[in-house]
Amino acid sequence: MNTQMLKKPDISFYKGQIITGKWHKKTYHVVRKLGSGAIGTVYLCVCNNVQVALKVSKQSHSITSEVNVLKVLKKVQGHRLGPSLIDVDDYVHRNGYVYSFYVMEYISGEPLSQFVNRHGEEWLYSLLVGFLKDLQALHNEGYIFGDLKMENLIVSRKPARLRWVDVGGTTLVGRSIKEYTEFYDRAYWQAGTRKADPGYDLFALAMVVLRIYYPQGFERGNNPKKTLMQKTSMAIKHTGIRQLINKMLNGEMIEADIVKNELIYYTMKQNRSRTQQVNTKQHTRHDSVVYPMMEVLSILSISGLCYLYVAIFM
Amino acid sequence: MRTGTLKQILLITDGCSNQGEDPASIARIIAEQGITVNVIGILEETQTEESQGLNEVEEIASNGQGVSQIVYKQALSQTVQAVTKQAMNETLQGVVNKELQQILGNTRSMDELPPEQRGEVMEVVDELGETCDLEVLVLVDTSASMTNKLPTVQEALIDLSISMNARIGRSRFSIYQFPGRRKPIHQLVDWTSKLESISSIFAKISTGGVTPTGPALKEAMHQFGKKSLKRRLFHNEYTDVEEA
Repeated sequence: MNTQMLKKPDISFYKGQIITGKWHKKTYHVVRKLGSGAIGTVYLCVCNNVQVALKVSKQSHSITSEVNVLKVLKKVQGHRLGPSLIDVDDYVHRNGYVYSFYVMEYISGEPLSQFVNRHGEEWLYSLLVGFLKDLQALHNEGYIFGDLKMENLIVSRKPARLRWVDVGGTTLVGRSIKEYTEFYDRAYWQAGTRKADPGYDLFALAMVVLRIYYPQGFERGNNPKKTLMQKTSMAIKHTGIRQLINKMLNGEMIEADIVKNELIYYTMKQNRSRTQQVNTKQHTRHDSVVYPMMEVLSILSISGLCYLYVAIFM
Repeated sequence: MRTGTLKQILLITDGCSNQGEDPASIARIIAEQGITVNVIGILEETQTEESQGLNEVEEIASNGQGVSQIVYKQALSQTVQAVTKQAMNETLQGVVNKELQQILGNTRSMDELPPEQRGEVMEVVDELGETCDLEVLVLVDTSASMTNKLPTVQEALIDLSISMNARIGRSRFSIYQFPGRRKPIHQLVDWTSKLESISSIFAKISTGGVTPTGPALKEAMHQFGKKSLKRRLFHNEYTDVEEA
């Protein structure tokens, strides 16, 4: 069996291809590839005029595992954790191999880092407040997200909301984390175990925040904990939030709700001091408006002189 | 459902064997003893995945009923972990499939079940993977070309023990290098559950020599045998585990 699994080729769908499930006979039109990861590839498809995301992999057991997680999330959908599951089926390829796939709700949006760059830092924290509420709901169900990272987070619009798109790492509390990414992994930074507990997600979330300030990431160094402290103090100006992030990295934070409450407290405080900042900003804006106008005037006058010169002497 | 202890050999190499028996045929024999052989091939930065020299990697693993992966050294940590887990998973699925066949008749395996039932079976496999005991013998190629990769190998192995020790089931590791000075393999770390302290061992490894992968695998298989024999003598406990 193992030998066969090894030889089983990777699968890729082309634009316009029609995928029909072996069991439920539903038909999906492939629109384009959305992305691929360690386990499989996700395609944007259309089924009955509805856009959906279809994930296919040669590792049937990984697909089944993820489906199990999505089913758990479905039970708490009152809260809309992650994408909802639409269909699970097999695709029989012409080569005779069977590839498992599942279909989920398509969440459109933009990457978190891009969103924060465009709308400003204060949005980061207000998105996190909502996200921490979701995380707490997931933890209450006895699950840990696991592979929490920038690439797995999307900001959907109207209203702006931070949502997770890949549930492959979701793990039962008390078990070993199924999937992780070094930069966001507590054990990699020697700050704790790789056992699934709420603190694991909160560590990863703190790393997501750091990643906003260091888009390229940074090296672990000889003393990982010290590296983290340094990077945090260099990036985050606000004392309260910096201390909160440090507590998440140190393992002092073990409940998403508490992080959420502290974050609300600090962002509200920050907003009060922000009104002054806005005033100073307006001054600079006046300056920046005056300078281009002077430039335009000088260009016009120079070209006017040239015109006169040409008209009179030529 | 009892699975006992899963046994794996993890071979980490960067080239082809050039001495002794064909490693693929040795791997087949080892697999017959209930030990999975996984292989990780490390590429030089200048090599591509299709390059010659690592062809053997997939062949050894497929004969050893295991998993193979060819990687650049930066990705080693994640790969060591993923390969070990995937191999565990496949072994356990094999066990579950056998049970299923007994219940459902000859040709049914997990993949042939409708998706709805597959999910429940998968939960059993996940559960087994979390709770079963695991023994991994790591066999590290220390021929000359591996010198600059050993620090990464060391880091990857420490990381593996962190991952595996996060499970509920017990994990034990031992590390051997090959070639040994006058023997095919040389013990670096005896069976232990914690690999955090291995940094001192890798620092003083002497590299060099040929790559006798076949003979090394053969010797490695006997290390499982010896260990369980010793345990038998101490605990006077007779298990139905196949002996090497």
